[in-house]
Amino acid sequence: MFSKICKALSVVVLLFAMPGGFAAMPSQEELPGEVTTVEHETATPAEGTGAFNPGDFMFDHIKDAHEWHILTVGHNHISIPLPVILFSKSKGVQVFMSGKFDHGQSTYKGFRIETTGENKGKIFDEDGTRPLDLSITKNVAAMFFSIALILWIFLSVGKAYRKYPIKAPSGLQSFVEPIIVFLRDEVIKPAIGPKYERYMPYLLSVFFFIWINNMLGLIPIPPGGANLTGNIAVTMVLALFTFFITNFSGNLNYWKHIFNTPGVPVWLKLPIPLLPFVEFLGVFTKPLVLMIRLFANITAGHIIVLGFISLIFIFSEMSAGLAYGVSFVSIAFNVFITFIELLVAFIQAFVFTFLSAIYFGLAIEEHHKEHA
Amino acid sequence: MLPIILEATIGAGLAKMGGAIGAGFAALGAGFGIGRIGGSAMEAIARQPEASGDIRANMIIAAALVESVCLFAVIICLLAVVLQM
Repeated sequence: MFSKICKALSVVVLLFAMPGGFAAMPSQEELPGEVTTVEHETATPAEGTGAFNPGDFMFDHIKDAHEWHILTVGHNHISIPLPVILFSKSKGVQVFMSGKFDHGQSTYKGFRIETTGENKGKIFDEDGTRPLDLSITKNVAAMFFSIALILWIFLSVGKAYRKYPIKAPSGLQSFVEPIIVFLRDEVIKPAIGPKYERYMPYLLSVFFFIWINNMLGLIPIPPGGANLTGNIAVTMVLALFTFFITNFSGNLNYWKHIFNTPGVPVWLKLPIPLLPFVEFLGVFTKPLVLMIRLFANITAGHIIVLGFISLIFIFSEMSAGLAYGVSFVSIAFNVFITFIELLVAFIQAFVFTFLSAIYFGLAIEEHHKEHA
Repeated sequence: MLPIILEATIGAGLAKMGGAIGAGFAALGAGFGIGRIGGSAMEAIARQPEASGDIRANMIIAAALVESVCLFAVIICLLAVVLQM
């Protein structure tokens, strides 16, 4: 019994450690740094021009990084350095702490961090190419923390249930049990039907992973505040999981509905397969929309909060009094938006789980005789 | 030399304008859609107050789905503003 749980847990942990591989490569982002047009310059840490650049401020907080930035006091950056793991063709495997880069000011063994422009924050080799970058970046470190948190919560809850199966739930159990029962009875069982237990582990794991990471992203203090679910690579991997599970558990009825939809006029299928083409596209767009929905919601929430904060600094460049005045309004809005973001954190996790359950249900649906 | 810089600047300006207007339209669309959803949810609750739990859950799901389309448009606008091509 215990070995079965250990096996299941190890599969879940490995499955969720896979996003780490993807998240470790900051190149997957759709949002490169601010456009450096002819008119304005981005303030690099080395120069410290003091001018506040809201675009850079916002994107730096949303994007992945090789160090975990905590504060900037004057020209000093206080940040936690993270391990850099590189596989370069000429130099082989290189492992070192990102503190050696000194916030982009020095090079180390020929590697340097780009500090401006589209490739900001990425590691380049001396000949201008990029090595294979599997470092423990901010997002990966945050994910390790949230995995540890999730494992701690659910291992202790599972142990309590195993030890005293008849006792009424108490403590952490009484927090987790209503949520799991709600998901099972209101979301998963109605969507999938009788064979729902096969998909419960994945759906519950994805729900709690997304929810806890969304909430951790709202806490500004490390190890929170890393915008993990706003990284499109991470949401892409979650959507890929749903995609693979849906299509590998699809039965003949499912594929028949895609390529030879019953109850539809023949001219839509032959001679030009219009409907099969559209349905086949739908197989790919459904997980794609899952990915974009989660990414956009979480990133948009962070951008809103960062925008209101940068409002204070933009006004401070005009006058200090204006900045103090704006700060009241800005902080009030931020508190309001953070409450909404808490709601959005739960809703996005719920919608991802709900839609995945619906897709699984559609995939394993048996044929109903519904000829009128 | 000068016309090229001018052209690049005008191009960047047009991109920002397009991005901002697009985001505005997306917000408009989301406002209309979610407003309608909320409105019909209110009417349904008024007609049958004991079903308000069910109605609330479905309203939130529908709102999340509509909002995802709006945010998709916002991401495209952000790309239009930020990509240097």
